[in-house]
Amino acid sequence: MSIDLKTIKHISKLARISVDQQRAEKLAGDLNSIFDFIEKLNELKTDNVEPLTSIAETTLKLRSDEVKSKNIREQIIKNSPQNNEDYFVVPKVIE
Amino acid sequence: MSDITKQSLTELVENIKNKKLSSTDVTKAFIDRSEKSEKLNAYITNDFTSALDKAKKFDQKPNFDLKLPGIPMAVKDLFCTKNIKTTAGSKILNNFIPTYESTVTENIWNEGAILLGKLNCDEFAMGSSNETSFFGNVQSPIDKNLVPGGSSGGSASAVAGQLTPVTIGTDTGGSIRQPASFTGIVGLKPTYGSCSRYGIVAFASSLDQAGPMAQNVKDCALLHEVISSYDPKDSTSIDFKRNHYSKELTNNIKGKKIGIPKEYRVDGMPKEIEDLWQKGIQYIKDCGAETIDISLPNTSYALPTYYIVAPAEASSNLARYDGVKYGFRAKGENLIDMYEKTRSEGFGAEVQRRIMIGTYVLSSGYYDAYYLKAQKVRKLIKNDFDEAYKKVDAILTPSTPSSAFKIGEKTNDPVSMYLNDIFTVPVNLAGLPGISIPAGHDTKGYPLGLQIIGKAFDEQNILNIAYAMEEKINFRNKITDWWIK
Repeated sequence: MSIDLKTIKHISKLARISVDQQRAEKLAGDLNSIFDFIEKLNELKTDNVEPLTSIAETTLKLRSDEVKSKNIREQIIKNSPQNNEDYFVVPKVIE
Repeated sequence: MSDITKQSLTELVENIKNKKLSSTDVTKAFIDRSEKSEKLNAYITNDFTSALDKAKKFDQKPNFDLKLPGIPMAVKDLFCTKNIKTTAGSKILNNFIPTYESTVTENIWNEGAILLGKLNCDEFAMGSSNETSFFGNVQSPIDKNLVPGGSSGGSASAVAGQLTPVTIGTDTGGSIRQPASFTGIVGLKPTYGSCSRYGIVAFASSLDQAGPMAQNVKDCALLHEVISSYDPKDSTSIDFKRNHYSKELTNNIKGKKIGIPKEYRVDGMPKEIEDLWQKGIQYIKDCGAETIDISLPNTSYALPTYYIVAPAEASSNLARYDGVKYGFRAKGENLIDMYEKTRSEGFGAEVQRRIMIGTYVLSSGYYDAYYLKAQKVRKLIKNDFDEAYKKVDAILTPSTPSSAFKIGEKTNDPVSMYLNDIFTVPVNLAGLPGISIPAGHDTKGYPLGLQIIGKAFDEQNILNIAYAMEEKINFRNKITDWWIK
């Protein structure tokens, strides 16, 4: 199988990573060699195998939903690249 | 002063408790050596000034009942530390100041230890050589041309170079054990669910585990005892009875059955590694334990499985880095353009590569062929271990298929870089504990490690085996201090 440039552009759109032509070509080469290596899995017949969905064989525990950290709004907002008082600021979405 | 940094954690704890050394003496010594070791590039952020303040405070009102009384310690920069920059080795988190503390580091400070600083690592722990870090590669204390391994490369370099008495790393596919092996130190990857993942920058959530890295097995056991805890804040943390690993440590492993898996004898493996393995088998026998040939038939499928599962989980986990709430933001013409440019400029090449692989294997039309297939093979790999553990108590393998390689040697060939983790990855896929101990040198004088893999939650057993073997191996790390003028 082969991953072409069109596919790379499609994946980069899904992943929200912009790639220019040069980067796309490099990625196509890398991904093709990685997938050649991954294809080895097709040697195995797995029709009757149950997929492993959780490595820890325990049921998830429930806990009450309580606020434990208090008054950290300011610190959290401070980490944002652009903010306005209590809000995160992003480029205009609605015209 | 220089002697202090040569002491093991166990010795330092004893000397502080007996008042032969103060926390200030010890902290000063490690700060001093760390400052002389800038060349290694082991630190991303240092916290030396407040470390000294904390040491002085400890000495004024010491509590000798704690397990790590006034012990200074640097940690991998993948652990969130409250009010101290945490970057995960990435430009995209270059200016991120967490408002909370990871559970594992919280456990360490609660036992009296003092943060020295944050250690370099591969970006988002994706790498086997510490060359993907935004903050530059780390040099190995063994030789200036060598990589320290990765992703916990700064951690390995700092312990082997005596910049910190012990440290913690994280291990998703070998990121504790491989660098430990490359730098001649001990590294333990605990059972999945043993150490809380809360506050650790996530890479692949079903594989990530934090673990100790140390100069010797006893120090490793002591630190593991401190960091392993049940934590309601991590939904996959497991509530089981934890041992006093250091107290219960014994070199009596008589009658234990140790499996030797034939599938780990891979094509092209240097004779030195095979010889080391044979020596390990002899040490096991000398300790009064028995070795048994076993088969883990699906071993060769572990790495391809890992390179579906880990990038898939990573692509989901790293979706949060969008330049809105924290971290780096690039300018964009509109919201989508801002996202795309932020992620393109904020992530390095290896991280982008893995996000792309992960996105692809999870995308419509490919999910069954790749992700579901990988989950099925993962089940087969786990079954292999379950079968083997009906006959044996633990498994002995080499830690890596070669000794440390040169800086730049594998950066252009991702697959050859990935092959480094061939012996460590199956352990993560099966959620088991594994420990790497230094076991000898190759002809170039570089360290080589052996790995002991245990049953789930059986850390005590593999620590004991490692402890018994360590005594027989009597390894001495060849550190020349080449980086200190």
